[in-house]
Amino acid sequence: MKLDNIYKEEKKSAFAKLSEIIITMASRPSGLIGLSILVFHIILAFISPYIAPHDFKAIDPTLMLQAPSAEYWFGTDDLGRDVFTRTILGGRTALTITFFGSLIALLWGGLLGIFCGLVGGKIDDVVMRIVDAFLSIPWILAMLLIVSLLGTSTEVLIPALGFFYGKGIVRVARAATHDVIAKDFIVSARARGHSNFSIIWNEIIPNVRDAILVEGAMRWSWMLLGFSSLSFLGFGVSPPTPDWGLMISNARGLMSFAYWAVIAPIVGLSSLIIGINLTADAFAKALGIDRSTKAPV
Amino acid sequence: MTDIIQKVKNLSIGFRSKKGEEILILKNISTNIKKGETVGIVGESGSGKSTLALAMMGYVKHGLYTIGGECQFNSSNLLRMKSKDLEKIRGRKIAMIPQNAGQALTPNLKIGYQIDEALQLHSDLDEKEREKKISELLNKVRLPSPETIALRYPHELSGGQQQRVAVAMALAGTPDLLLLDEPTTGLDVTTQAHVLELLNFIAKDTGTSMVYVSHDLGAIAQVSDRIIVMYSGEIVLEGPSRDILKRPIHPYTHGLLKSIPKLSLAGLPESMPGSQPQPGTIQSGCSFFDRCNFSDENCKNNSPKLEFLKNLNTSVRCFNYEKLVNESQASQTFNKIKNKSQDKEILNLSEVSISYAKQKLLDQIFNRISDDNPTVKDININIKKGETIALVGESGSGKSTILKSIAGLLRTKDGLIRFDENRNLSSDLKERDPNDLRIIQLIFQNPDESLNPNHTVEEIIAQPLKLYFGLKGEELKKNIIDLLQKVRLGEFYTSRYPRQLSGGEKQRVAVARAFAAKPDIILCDEVTSALDVSVQAAVLNLLQQLKEDFGTTYIFVSHDLAVVRAISDRVAVLYQGRLCEVGPSNDVYKFPSHPYTEVLLGAVLEPDPDIKPKLVAEDIVEERPPEKGCSFQGRCSRIVGDICKKEIPPWQLTDSGNAIRCHIPIKELQKEQF
Amino acid sequence: MIFLIIKRILLGFITLFIVSIITFVGTEVLPGDACTTYLERQAFGEQLEACYRRLGLNVPAYERYVSWALNAIQGDFGYSLSGEMPIKDVLGPRIKNSLVLASAAIFIGIPIALILGIITALWRDKLPDVAISTVTIFAMTIPEFISATLLILIIAIWLEWLPGIVIVPTDVSFLELLPNIILPVVAIAMIMTAHMARMVRSSVIQVMASEYVQMAILKGVPYWKMVFKHVLPNALLPAINVVALTIAWLLGGVVVTEVVFNYPGLGRLVIESISNRDLPTVQALAIILASIYVSINLLADLLTLMLNPRLKTLQIRK
Ligand SMILES: Nc1ncnc2c1ncn2[C@@H]1O[C@H](COP(=O)(O)OP(=O)(O)OP(=O)(O)O)[C@@H](O)[C@H]1O
Ligand code: SF4
Ligand code: SF4
Ligand SMILES: [Mg+2]
Repeated sequence: MKLDNIYKEEKKSAFAKLSEIIITMASRPSGLIGLSILVFHIILAFISPYIAPHDFKAIDPTLMLQAPSAEYWFGTDDLGRDVFTRTILGGRTALTITFFGSLIALLWGGLLGIFCGLVGGKIDDVVMRIVDAFLSIPWILAMLLIVSLLGTSTEVLIPALGFFYGKGIVRVARAATHDVIAKDFIVSARARGHSNFSIIWNEIIPNVRDAILVEGAMRWSWMLLGFSSLSFLGFGVSPPTPDWGLMISNARGLMSFAYWAVIAPIVGLSSLIIGINLTADAFAKALGIDRSTKAPV
Repeated sequence: MTDIIQKVKNLSIGFRSKKGEEILILKNISTNIKKGETVGIVGESGSGKSTLALAMMGYVKHGLYTIGGECQFNSSNLLRMKSKDLEKIRGRKIAMIPQNAGQALTPNLKIGYQIDEALQLHSDLDEKEREKKISELLNKVRLPSPETIALRYPHELSGGQQQRVAVAMALAGTPDLLLLDEPTTGLDVTTQAHVLELLNFIAKDTGTSMVYVSHDLGAIAQVSDRIIVMYSGEIVLEGPSRDILKRPIHPYTHGLLKSIPKLSLAGLPESMPGSQPQPGTIQSGCSFFDRCNFSDENCKNNSPKLEFLKNLNTSVRCFNYEKLVNESQASQTFNKIKNKSQDKEILNLSEVSISYAKQKLLDQIFNRISDDNPTVKDININIKKGETIALVGESGSGKSTILKSIAGLLRTKDGLIRFDENRNLSSDLKERDPNDLRIIQLIFQNPDESLNPNHTVEEIIAQPLKLYFGLKGEELKKNIIDLLQKVRLGEFYTSRYPRQLSGGEKQRVAVARAFAAKPDIILCDEVTSALDVSVQAAVLNLLQQLKEDFGTTYIFVSHDLAVVRAISDRVAVLYQGRLCEVGPSNDVYKFPSHPYTEVLLGAVLEPDPDIKPKLVAEDIVEERPPEKGCSFQGRCSRIVGDICKKEIPPWQLTDSGNAIRCHIPIKELQKEQF
Repeated sequence: MIFLIIKRILLGFITLFIVSIITFVGTEVLPGDACTTYLERQAFGEQLEACYRRLGLNVPAYERYVSWALNAIQGDFGYSLSGEMPIKDVLGPRIKNSLVLASAAIFIGIPIALILGIITALWRDKLPDVAISTVTIFAMTIPEFISATLLILIIAIWLEWLPGIVIVPTDVSFLELLPNIILPVVAIAMIMTAHMARMVRSSVIQVMASEYVQMAILKGVPYWKMVFKHVLPNALLPAINVVALTIAWLLGGVVVTEVVFNYPGLGRLVIESISNRDLPTVQALAIILASIYVSINLLADLLTLMLNPRLKTLQIRK
């Protein structure tokens, strides 16, 4: 790769760097598809309340389980609600909650990981033991417990998801930090007498940032998967707010004769997860990080 | 014609850049390898020498492709051959000895199996015979107790032993042609000399042809009959070994030979400007034009062809080679360095010991270190202001460890480090005040690792300026540009990232960063070993110049004795963390008195076919220093008996102020040399 | 070596110990205790007191922890609140059923993942790789409940090949269970296989680029011999640990799949006991699931240790 240095580059602004990364991502077909899907869903999340043709919570017993028609594009559900309306609205909550959840995961996981990697020794041992212990409790059990005792409000879900999906980031950030602190430029900074804070901020973070961001992007897709599983089990978004996981779970029992009510949210949710995943993949490749060797912990 | 074993014809190999351009790594290479001869291919990193060697086996790395030409072996083109047929040639007719045997031996397979595999593939021997053959081969490469070695895994051997195994593996198929890609780079000086000697022996013994690829003219000089010099993907000079080394008629080779420090000559060699261009950047003209002292207008626009000179039996790619034909021997004009050291002492190490041993809980609590046999022990050195003192020794001899302690990165176990006669520096970083940290700066071996890849040159140099002097804004900028100029880099480098610089440029940035702190002492840890030969001399000259300007003191660590000879005023020789000899470089190099110094100097490879290395001691690797007695007892060929094993030898002083630590009386030591 | 094994096992126990504290403290600090949450605040004086006495909630927390932990070590997790029977009796058959499901998925998944991973790596960027990798990306990202729902819709409802919902009592023989578990096993195996195949792929690719593989080629070792002798042993070794982590992670997915198929395993018990606010059972489940996770990882560690000559000698030397 050293051969590409011949095209000398100058220092770039953060914005220029970002747009360059996005262009690299979009230059592969899979990255382009992923980005388009993601952008589509994000735009949809913003505009769907204004374009929805029907009221998402209008119950009408006379319209129960109607097949798709010109009026009701995707048919109606068991309460006579328009499936199309509910489908285009059904990603908003999930998208918002998991986005902020990932941010929290990224922050606490990344910082704790860097800290552990840097100080090492006993503190590191103890923290990693505890992180390991949290890892060994299945996330779904822990999440279900928290949600069932504290409720399903956004203020509970975001920090809870953020906490449980941040554990894995701790490990990644710690490993990345370990790789970096062995390098001579850190030794050199220490020998010069820079403070720990300055070393973390100037030397470590710029060098582990990419790995942690990629990890965060991966977490996002897993968190979405986890969150919709919760919804599906009835522990996520509470009705009547439309949500794909919940819609799938409700329509499942009736799918032998009203498959449309289940297909529409399935397509919505799957496409979003795949979109995020492909984007995360392309992001990793654009930054030169191989993400496929990692377990989804 | 029949004695030609491999014929490379108009070979071009390249790759496609991200922008879709075809970039050449090998440009139209043609050469022949004759039966029984050893050809050395020399060139700096990126010149395409490994690619050429691999092509000779019909192998092109993933990402590269053949653009044209062929590699003929027995009149069939290897580059077009099916893999089925190649399998019958590789290992059997042509075998490869890789640079880094540690990486090239499969980690999960035993040594014996890996050799056996080659035998199974390339011989008809039955199991019994193969077993015998494995022992024979291991014996031939002089590995001790072949039976047990065969049962080991690669990681259980030392670097030198791994390299020998690789040689044995290559010999298993009794090949007609052996390709060696930097087979001794990365080995210790003494081990390197031994492996080379083994290769020479094998060449004579088996009559195999060899292609020896290296960046090291010293190693090439010892083994080859003919030398091919590569530059930027082209052959620039090809001819008999002796002629090339004694009378190089290509400007690049001429300059290169002049820029290599020699053991026999004190002082700094001349340096060559610039560095090798990246592939794909040369559009027209001679690829050496930027760096050439003999160039003219013609060279700028036209590319010279490789021209065969019948009378000299040499091919050369240069318009102006005649200017060099008559210049006998690359005449050496070394700038003798003047010893600028003053009488004032600047740093004093007394009785310093350093231990890496993991400390028990009790010792941790009492904040003390207990270790009977520490890595570094009893170091007494007194360093004068303005001098350059070098620490030499094989890898693992504790050179870097001592530097780390001086810098405060590692706590000493015992002893005192004093700065300026009264400031105590026997503490680690946390206990030193900012000024203590400022006066001592470090320069590292590998600039790739010592510069933060995410910072620009400006940010890198700004760090010490901000930290120690609190500079800001215009003043900071001005200081940075000043420093860049001091290390001969232009202002436009400020916005570059390390990955956009060549190795030499990166090391200059590291030097600038060290000087930014206005230190009194600079610790240089193998600062030139990651650099190309043609760049090394320039960095050495720069260091010397800066030192004269600023009156800085250098502590210079290196395994390369010729480099040390060039730059240092005094030398301290270390073995297993214990001092063997300390003295003015002239004396240490003139009368190698300590048995270990003798071993080290004997193993140095000079780029001169007439100077052969002297192999005195075995190249065993010792893992720990001996518990008592002389540290060198395990390998000393002049050991006097029990006294060496029991008692630590005393310091003896020679008339010239050279201190030697050995039980053999000084007079006797010096006598034996002649 | 022995020392290292013992050390790993000890670390496993320490992890479990911390898990037990986490679950205990977790259920303690979250609002409501076992009795109030279970009885949903309908309980008054007498009834609540009785419940407290029965669960021993009237003694200080640390004492409860100690006695609970001591009993748990012996396999006694106390009484389930909803079933009013010993938790270990509730757990027994459920563990068995889940084990059947998970191990079937693992035994089918691992070989397929290996084969797919190796094929995609050896034919890197060629048609087989592109095709398989596209499929695995889908299989990997789509949540279990969606693939399970689709499987039911297509195989069970439209094609009517297999039963879609498992309607069996908790205690049935394996043969009776078999047709019922095919779809759930496929649903679980799909996502797991996809994950593992991708890991194997990148591990093999890494090893293929190593110097020792290049050396083997230059030595004239035939292609497949090289793959089996020089590549796979080195590529699969590091994959073991990652595979273990994936398997452990999928325990969560098993929960969802069991609910979709109405399968009487641990997963459904998780949902049931949480819906019923049966905290003692939840605690027991947390410990059980954590032990499964810890043991799978321990197994992987030991396996790696045994197979890796490098680690082996390292330990002997020490
Ligand atoms: N797979 C590859 N793809 C693209 N470029 C490559 C590849 N392998 C090598 N190169 C480039 O080809 C050039 C020549 O490489 P080669 O390995 O032959 O050099 P060398 O003279 O052996 O150097 P060294 O002394 O560092 O081993 C270098 O610029 C290198 O970066
Ligand atoms: S052709 Fe010209 S530039 Fe090239 S080496 Fe010869 S003299 Fe120098
Ligand atoms: S003291 Fe003895 S062992 Fe040591 S160098 Fe002198 S002669 Fe050799
Ligand atoms: Mg090379």
